[in-house]
Order: sequence, then structure tokens, then C-alpha cells
Amino acid sequence: MQVPAPVEYERATSVDHAIGLLERLGSSARIIAGGHSLLPMMKLRLAGPEYLIDINDLHGELGYIRIEPGRVRIGAMTRHRELLESDELAEAFPIFRDAERVIADPVVRNRGTLGGSLCQADPSEDLSAVCTTLGASCVIRGRDGERVVTMEQFHRGPYETAVGDAEMLVEIRVPVRPGGSSAYEKVERRAGDWAIVSAGAAVWMEGDVIADARVGLAAVGPNTTGIPGVSEAVRGRRPSEELYQRAGDLAARNCRPATDMRGSADYKRHLAEELTKRALRRSVARINERV
Amino acid sequence: MTTVGHRPLDGFEDNDQKPIGHGRMLRKEDPRFIRGMGRYCDDVQLPGMLHMAVLRSPVAHARIVSIDTSAAEAHPKVKAVVTGAALAEKGLAWMPTLSGDVQAVLATDKVRFQGQEVAFVVAEDRYAARDALELIDVEYDVLEPVIDVRKALDPAAPVIRDDLEGKQNNHCFDWETGDAEATEAVFASADVVVSEDIVYPRVHPAPMETCGCVADYDRVEGRLTLWSTSQAPHAHRTLYAIVAGLPEHKIRVISPDLGGGFGGKVPIYPGYVCAIVGSIVTGKPVKWMEDRSENLTSTGFARDYIMRGEIAATRDGRILAVRTNVLADHGAFNGVAAPVKYPAGFFGVFTGSYDLQAAYCKMTAVFTNKAPGGVAYACSFRITEAVYLIERIVDCLAYELQMDPIELRIKNFIQPDQFPYRTQTGWVYDSGDYEPTMRKAMEIAGYDELREEQARRRAQGELMGIGVSFFTEAVGAGPRKDMDILGLGMADGCELRVHPTGKAVVRLSVQSQGQGHETTFAQIVAEEIGIPPADIDVVHGDTDQTPFGLGTYGSRSTPVSGAAAALVARKVRDKARLIASGMLEVSVADLEWEKGSFHVKGDPAKCVTIQDIAMRAHGAGDLPEGVEGGLEAQICYNPENLTYPHGAYICVVDIDPGTAQVKVRRFIAVDDCGTRINPMIIEGQVHGGLTDGVGMALMEMIAFDEDGNCLGGSLMDYLIPTSLEVPDWETGFTVTPSPHHPIGAKGVGESATVGSPPAIVNAVLDALKPFGIRHADMPLTPSRVWDAMRGVPRPPI
Repeated sequence: MQVPAPVEYERATSVDHAIGLLERLGSSARIIAGGHSLLPMMKLRLAGPEYLIDINDLHGELGYIRIEPGRVRIGAMTRHRELLESDELAEAFPIFRDAERVIADPVVRNRGTLGGSLCQADPSEDLSAVCTTLGASCVIRGRDGERVVTMEQFHRGPYETAVGDAEMLVEIRVPVRPGGSSAYEKVERRAGDWAIVSAGAAVWMEGDVIADARVGLAAVGPNTTGIPGVSEAVRGRRPSEELYQRAGDLAARNCRPATDMRGSADYKRHLAEELTKRALRRSVARINERV
Repeated sequence: MTTVGHRPLDGFEDNDQKPIGHGRMLRKEDPRFIRGMGRYCDDVQLPGMLHMAVLRSPVAHARIVSIDTSAAEAHPKVKAVVTGAALAEKGLAWMPTLSGDVQAVLATDKVRFQGQEVAFVVAEDRYAARDALELIDVEYDVLEPVIDVRKALDPAAPVIRDDLEGKQNNHCFDWETGDAEATEAVFASADVVVSEDIVYPRVHPAPMETCGCVADYDRVEGRLTLWSTSQAPHAHRTLYAIVAGLPEHKIRVISPDLGGGFGGKVPIYPGYVCAIVGSIVTGKPVKWMEDRSENLTSTGFARDYIMRGEIAATRDGRILAVRTNVLADHGAFNGVAAPVKYPAGFFGVFTGSYDLQAAYCKMTAVFTNKAPGGVAYACSFRITEAVYLIERIVDCLAYELQMDPIELRIKNFIQPDQFPYRTQTGWVYDSGDYEPTMRKAMEIAGYDELREEQARRRAQGELMGIGVSFFTEAVGAGPRKDMDILGLGMADGCELRVHPTGKAVVRLSVQSQGQGHETTFAQIVAEEIGIPPADIDVVHGDTDQTPFGLGTYGSRSTPVSGAAAALVARKVRDKARLIASGMLEVSVADLEWEKGSFHVKGDPAKCVTIQDIAMRAHGAGDLPEGVEGGLEAQICYNPENLTYPHGAYICVVDIDPGTAQVKVRRFIAVDDCGTRINPMIIEGQVHGGLTDGVGMALMEMIAFDEDGNCLGGSLMDYLIPTSLEVPDWETGFTVTPSPHHPIGAKGVGESATVGSPPAIVNAVLDALKPFGIRHADMPLTPSRVWDAMRGVPRPPI
């Protein structure tokens, strides 16, 4: 059995309490939410925080999915299982359910949280790719109040985020625009594994032309990657196989995969192309099904 | 005699037919496992027990300059810190492996693989033991490692085993079998010769329960009790006696419930020896349980053969000869777990199920800076590699001849009237009737329809593959004249005692790791003496409670101990017959046995049951002249030959042309393991082995980077399949009894692991036929399949 090094532990009773503890204990403290990334790292002694601040009691305060006019707000403590099971969220953004179906296993999904997933900043992490695809923003709270950053600003490199020592991620905001749908495509070596590559797509149609589209990729760079060129290339055009191919080519050209045990860089580049096409195709099909 | 049948998929058969003897019944051990009441090594808690953790080398090859343990010793909860130097003073720094080499218990001079044991700490709890490891300061002088097995014999390669006197290179052993000249002659005149480089990468047994033990040394009595994760408790006891110099009668090895073994719990690992030393030096019981990474990186690996396969045939598909050249990676120490006269295990059966004119194998084994092993990971001593080689190369031949792979196989099968059949490498197959087994698999699969579907799909650009393998295994080692482990003959004992009330206890020398021995062996005895399995207790895994024998691996329990159990029961029945003749006042010749009772011939009403006889055997009345009281017997069974189960497997895969992902759509397994004792347990074994096969074919591999860092040190990196990667297994059977086994049974535990990887790989290659690809190596991950689709399949090492 792998055992972690000694650590002190306290359960936060409110967001302010958690932030107060972070402020007092400094950089040797870590927040623990679902724990499915941090605890294995601690057991392998790759992470060795001196203090753990458990925020699971804040689920009541930070576990929510609120569909509002123009945006969806999701609390950082919302668990994978809640994201998977929310029909309202699936209605607004089917990409969440697509992704949750292929994230880890039920044990992890029962515990793991949206905030924890994003704060881990793993380049292969699925919800980060979803949020990148959807152009989500992240609400970070500190003693002096809240600030809101984009996904691009939030992730600063592998396992590195914009969250400061005495701050915590409290909410994700996703803008809602009419006429849209989304999809997520992932290739993994085995069920529950990290992505070899995955691609999310979100498409908004006006009539029979694409008003806007976004693509987000996981596991092909230091963080999940948005491909802005795709939006420019498809905007104002009718969906077609040629158009998906052009988007796929752009995705393949603009990602930076590395060869590892999951696959060669060439293969990953190929998947970026293939999965971008599939995700766009499926998003458009979903819009057309609704009409 | 061959009978044919298969279990229908729709509708469930009654799995609990409550047989008095062979037949489907639920496993007697399952209630305690299902309710979480199993008792595993880590459940053992003793008063005053301490905990051990092992410090392991972070690098693959380095000289140890110095070790400073002072800070660890100063830890308030630490009771002992022991290094290789301390063990060397007691003569315990090195121990023999199961294959005539030596292995460091704790490194003294050099570390030779990443994860090698360097020191251990004994502390009050496992947290403190682990914390203290970080307080040990080891200075390493890092050396160039030998990682690429193909370069291990380069004259310039660093010498790993400089502990062996005069060792100037990394050569481990050479081995050959068959007739080189005769084979060359056949190849020289053959119409068609096909050759292919085939790699079976390094994999790991990865049992759910890792290895570990609790060592309890009684200083006053000089007695050692060792609970350990052992597939061979008796053999281990003898080895501890030899290695540690403890008298054998003062050692008790208990192997409690095991969470899987798959061959990985056959060797003695340094951790066990360290825990024993820890208990001796502290005077307290010491527990050691590996963590998952330790298990994957340091305990016995399997496979790691680079094989050049060659096959010679006539133009019309008559296979004439097979030849192979193997480069075997044995890691830092030769830790192969196989009978000593078989350094390559039973790889010699690489001639497969085919009637050949000649065969030859030449093998070179080398040392590298990787973990030692070569354990029988559900492979019947390297038959997995042998079957993979022959079944892959036969498919390559079918590709070249443009012949249906099943047609080619059937054309070359050893025929029923040729058994017992001596192969070109000297193995004597006991019995077999291959074609009905192959036909059964084709029938369940709907083979012709599958080929039609494939043609339709291919025309639409879809990638569907149908793969076949046909294997013959050799399981049930001994006979003892040929097979021993460190001088211990591979025979097994069995004792049966019937209590006065007719309940019984059977004591076995083999040990279950999940195979259901408590059920199967009760059924074997029940079949012979008519006592219901529920009334027969099976005792195993404790050297104080059971007769001597070599343990469970290589599918040997049923072929060897199963025979012992049947024969010991017959011995008891013979004695019961004498007692019955007294009770019924007739001569022995006038008695007829009907399962569970003797009656007077022609008068079934004059009858005594085995329970009546048991009471009489222990009771007050007189027994016939010369008959002792009691109803018990013991035996040691030395098998006459191995048993040779066979099977036909058909796999159907679909490959996503865009992502190169392989989906196993169907898998049909028709096994022939002779007499079937509990079909439900057989099916369970087959299901597990097939799942194993999917893992090896599609995802499992212990890889290393160029510095010798193990890249498979966690279950996030070393993937094992889940229920989502496997189809509903379709199983069937034929029955060709073993002529020399008392009940005609053959082993089956490893058949599916042996037979399934080639079927899956053959299916993938069949799907990739439109790309002009004949071979690609395992593991067939999406990335590697994509390489193959582009015409650039790459070996994994």
C-alpha cells in the first residue's frame, strides 16, 4: 500500500474560511476537493503539501448548475456525476455529457469535481478541453473579492494555473448563444484512461450557415488548446465535409503533440484532425436534429 | 473418444446443480469472498507486529558508493535499518533464484535495475517505515545501463553481472532444441519459406493483490511462521531452510487467501527474506506488503522474447518445418520460474498442433538492467510465446499462400490416430482430436457468414477482421524424473480423512490463488467416494497442515493434484469395500459400488452407505481380519506425462479506419481440457484468461526508457483491460480425455491466456489486409495500429 507523508488536515466550513486558511498557511497548503488527482500524487510522494484544506463540506455552497439567460454558471464543487446527470446542462451543452461519459469511472465521477479538474491543469484533462471549447471563464476568489479570467489566462502551463496562494476557483461561467450545439470526441487506449487526443467542438448556426464555431483539443500541447483559426475558417459558411476537413487540417497544423506511451506525435496530429472533423460534424447534426 | 458441446449464450444454465461429484456447482469459497470475509496476507494482524518498507534503487545501473542510515535510525518509530552490508555479514546478501542463478537480497556492490532492493526499514507502523526510507542517504556512482536487448552482447556493452567471477559479457545462456541439419534440409527444398520477426513484449502478471508476507520468528523455540503470498508454500519452506539455514521442521509457511498469482507468486522475492531477517533482528512479527508500483517494477515479469520465426511449406499448404531464433531478455538476474532442465520453459512445443517433418529452435538469453523474472504468467512455462510464434507464423504463411487460415490449419493438424504423438522437439502429446474442436468453433462463430460479411464491409471501406488460433498446451509438470525445481521433484501429495459421521477433509499440496480449489477438489473426491462436496473440507496452503508438493502454477493443479485427489479417494474406497464386506457379510467380490454406497450384487436392498462405513471404521464393532480402524489414506502422485489440452479460438474485430481503434466484437473459445470437473469454474478460468489475452494483445507492456526507467510502474501506465474492452465471451468445449490421468482431466487454467493473443492479433492483421500488412507486433494500441495502416508497423522494442 502506498502511503503519503505526514500532513495536517482541516475541513473548511465556508469559502471565506478556506481562503483564510490558505492565507495563513501559505504555499505549503493545498485545497483538496474530490482528491482523485492529489491523493494519488501524495501517495506516490510526488506531491507533499504540509496542510490539506478539505472543501467537501462546501458542496452546498459551490455545487450547482444554474442555467441563466445568456450564461450557465457551474459551481467549482459540482461533481462529475452531477455534470453527467444534468439534463438541463445536456440540453444547453451536450458536450458536457459526451465528455463525462468517457471521464475515468463511476468511483472517480462520484467524487471528482469540475473545479478540481480545471485546477489540476493536466494537458489531457477532458473538462478543461470542454471549457476551452465553450470559451468559459473562471471565477477566482481571494480575500479582496473575485476576479474573472478566460481559460487561456487560467491555464499557464502543465499543472499550473492563475489561482494564487490565497485564492480559490469558485465558479465556471459558460456563455450561451442561440442556435448552438456541441460535441466531444475522445480516443483513449482503454476505458477510463486519459485521452490520447480529444477534441471538443461548439457550433452556432444562423439559418444554414455557421455563425460561429470553436474547437478545443486535449493532450496535444502544454494545456488544452483552442484553435482560433477554425472559427475564422468556418464562420459564415455552410457546413460541408470539405469545411470539416479544412478545420481538421487547421487543428492538426496548430497543435503541438509529443510522442509518449499513449502514442506518437504523428498519430496524435492525425487524431486532432480526425476528431475535430467528427466533433464539428456531430455538433452540426445535433443542431439540425433540433430544427 | 471425443464428445462435443457448447454452452448456449441465451438463457442461463443452472450453475448450482448440487452434484455429488462432477458438474456445475457454485464455488464453496465464494460466500467469504463476496462478503469481504476472505483472509489475505494483509489481514494478518499479530500482537506487537512491526512494519517493513524497502528502499529501492532510483536508477538502473550504478555502483553504491556509500549508504548513510543514521538519520533513519534516529526516527523515533524506527526499530531497525538494514543494508546489504549488514546482510552480507550474515551471508544473506545473495540468494539462489529458481533457475540456478543468484539474486541480491539487498544490493551490496551495485544496483542492476531500477527498483532493486537497497535497504529496508522496520518501524512501528507502515507510515513511519515509509517516511524513514526518505531519511536514508545513498550515494550512487551511475553507470551506463544496458537497456536495448539487441545490444546486450556488444563487446563494448557494460558488464552487468560482474558479481559472477570472470564474467566478461552479458550472456545468460544458450539453448537449443530440435534438429538443425534436418530442418535446414527441409527448408532448402521447400516450395515456400516465410519468415517474420515477432516480438512478445515484456508484460507483468499484475495480480490484484500485490506480494507480501508476515514473518514471525520465535527466538525461544527457534521457530519461524511465515504468512506469505506464495503459490508454492512447500517449495518455499524448503528453500528458506536452505537459504537461511533454519531447520525445515521449524519453519511453517502459510499461504492464506491469495488475490491472484498468475505465476508472479512462484519466486521467492527479496522482500520475503528481508521480512524474515527483520523479525529475527527485532524479535517481533514483521509485515511487508508491496505497493502497486513495487509490484509492477520489481517482481517477476513475463515474456520479453524477440523471435525470428520461419516456416517451410509446399505450394498447396502442407507445412513441413518450423524454425526459430530467439533473443530472450532475462533482466538483471536469471529469475525464470521453470523446471531446472528447461531454461526456456516448455517453449519447445512451438511446433504447435501440426504434423511436421522437422523443427529447430536456437535461443540466446542475455542480461539487461531490468527487473528479473521470466515467471510463468499464466503461460504454462513459456508456451504462451511458443503458441504465439507458431500461430502468427502460420497466419503469415496463409497470407502468402492466399489460403484461408482455418483451411491451412486443418490440413496440417496431427490426426487422432497419431496420438500419442511425438513432436519433432521430443514432446509426447497424450491425446487430441483437433478437427472437431476447430469445427465447433467455426459453427458457433458462423465462420462462413462472417467471411461473407467481411467481404461486404471491405467493399464499403470498413475494417473487419476474423482471427483464428489453434493451440496445444503442455501442462501438469512433472514427471519428476524430468522435472524438478532446485532438486525438488514435481510430484504432489494428497491426504484424505473421512470422519466417523461421514464428513471428510482432503489436504492438498497445491494452493489456490482464486481458481476454486476448495470446490473442484471436493468434487473430485465426491465423484470417487460419493460424499457430497459440501461435506468435504479442502485444506491447502499451510505446510503444517498439508502433505508436501510443488504448488500451483503452469496449470498443474488438476493434472497433478487432481489425480492425487482421485487416487487417494479410490484408496479410501478400497478400504471402505473391505469394511462393507464385513458389514454385509459377503465377500468383497460380491459387492457392487454405486456412487456413495456398496450393495450386494443382485440385491440392492442389502446396502451400506459410505457414511455407515465411516462410522463402522471408527466404531465399536469388529472390522474384517487385518483391517485397521479409521478411514483415511495418503498418496504422492508422480504424473506419467504432461497433459496436452487444446483449443480453437476465433476472434472478430472491427477497426475504426479514422482512429485505428480496435474493438473486439466477438470471441469464440472452444476448449478441450479432457474430463470437465466443474464446467462453471472452467468457464470462469477461460473468461479470465481471454480478458488477459485482450490486455496483452491490445494494451499491456512493461516498457523502459533509454536510461532504464520503467514506464509501466502504475496501473495508469500499465493498462489492464476492463469489462468495457471485452465482448461477451462465447465458450464451447470438446472432451478428449487424457489417457494417463486417472479421471481423464487436463489442465485449463492458462489455456485462454495462451491461446487468445494470437487470435486477436491475427484478427487485427486480417482486418488490415487491405493495407498489405502481414505482421505487426503487440500491443496493438491505436497508435501502433495506425502505424501499421500506413505501412510502417514498428516493433515495440
